[in-house]
Amino acid sequence: MQIPYEVQARPDTGLYNAKVGIWLFLASEVMLFGGLFSAYIFLRLGADDGYWPHGLLNVPIGTFNTFILIASSVTVIRAWVALKMRRFAEYKKWMGITIVCGAAFLFIKLAFEWPPKFNHFGAIMQKDKWAKYEPYLGNEKMKEKGLHPRNEISGHLHGFEVTGEKAVLEEFGRQRGLKQLEGHGHGAATAHAATDPAHPPQASGDVTVHFEAHSPRDADALVNLARARQHENLKRAQKNPPLPPLSIPKIVSFEVMPDPVNEKPLDDENLKPHFWPKSPNKNATPIKIEASDIHHWSAFVPKHSTYFSTYFMITGLHGLHVLGGVLVFIFLWGPGAALYKKNPEHLANRVEVAGLFWHFVDLVWIFVFPLFYLL
Amino acid sequence: MSDPHTPSPATTDSHAATAHDPNDPHAVPPDAHEIEHHLAMYTKVGIILFVFTGITVGLSYVDFDKMFNGHGWNMKIGMAVATFKVCLVAAIFMHLKQERSTIWRFLYFTLFFVAGLFLLTLFAWVDPIFGTTHWHH
Repeated sequence: MQIPYEVQARPDTGLYNAKVGIWLFLASEVMLFGGLFSAYIFLRLGADDGYWPHGLLNVPIGTFNTFILIASSVTVIRAWVALKMRRFAEYKKWMGITIVCGAAFLFIKLAFEWPPKFNHFGAIMQKDKWAKYEPYLGNEKMKEKGLHPRNEISGHLHGFEVTGEKAVLEEFGRQRGLKQLEGHGHGAATAHAATDPAHPPQASGDVTVHFEAHSPRDADALVNLARARQHENLKRAQKNPPLPPLSIPKIVSFEVMPDPVNEKPLDDENLKPHFWPKSPNKNATPIKIEASDIHHWSAFVPKHSTYFSTYFMITGLHGLHVLGGVLVFIFLWGPGAALYKKNPEHLANRVEVAGLFWHFVDLVWIFVFPLFYLL
Repeated sequence: MSDPHTPSPATTDSHAATAHDPNDPHAVPPDAHEIEHHLAMYTKVGIILFVFTGITVGLSYVDFDKMFNGHGWNMKIGMAVATFKVCLVAAIFMHLKQERSTIWRFLYFTLFFVAGLFLLTLFAWVDPIFGTTHWHH
């Protein structure tokens, strides 16, 4: 069946069908992203002083990706113009470059931008414990300079101490392939646990084990193990007669190789974010953080903060749009380009509406980039 | 049909020389040469967007609050630059500058509703219902 007005304009609207369609779709997209941005405004304005982080994202990568996206917006227009001029080889060239740009944007995001965050540890400290960690937060100086206070100690998770049943912890270490670090090693830990008020023994026979960590996921695994055993205990309590509960392992402290901002919080260099992120000092002294002083800890993932949850939500949805655009472009460059032989104007219209979508994706990024990376 | 932008035959693609036949999809449409004429502008807008991306990044490291002795100036200036860039993309790349009124009508409604959405967010701070605001904190 021949659909009318896919090439010629409808006399009443003066537009071909797909153009009306894409603009209605883009209008709904404005509402979708509008909702997410209003959530961003709501959460950011509602955040307590110091609870909206700055300088956690990689600005050079973000800037580079912005350039890529702008360049691809120009190339997709050139592809459309080439089709309008009936220059097929030129169309293939510009569309090919657009596809490469879109794919590069996604590759940079997924290979260089997100993975380091998944392995970066952050502990947001309880407000009444900020003074205790002042050597790493430097809030007196921040206050003096009229800057927002720091609430977080972040860096590479070097190790963590766990109390629990010796056999359970040894099995956990074996499964995760985690070495036990010297110093507070098991055995000696029982005495340590009995005397240190910060490490109350949960049950007789509990030991404290100091595990090395490769990433925050190792600590997450321990929390998951504890949750699984708590869940198991609910079932055990319902048995007739009830089975004795399993012991619950618990993290008592973290050892963090600090980011420069926590290593030298008073350094003028570290007071404000910089364009080029400072690399952490490999010889820094690890910071020991008591788990009971932490409000919550996690990798730089959505559950870290409202900042990262909105960041991953909005840039993730934007990334899916980029992926969608690239897939459509691949179709129009490859199998879809066969339409050129039959009706080049129809293909030009398809490229135009796909391009309109692509410009919208660029437009969203123009707001996303400063809101999350810079301001 | 007279087109002031028609390029000289020497610079024209071989296919483009034929007069436009509306029933021949392979013929170069009459508006094509005008579109080609805009190519330089598209590139120019791309370069402006590049430059203003650099400006956005640079401005974010300037302490405007200190300069103007106020609050939120970096955000206001950053959003003003972003809005300018977005207007360029919409007007030139998305052809809204010369787009039909049908599309503008969709967009008026969209802008109205998205403005309403942002206003609703304000209600988290401002109580719009008279007589329900409690002042005695």
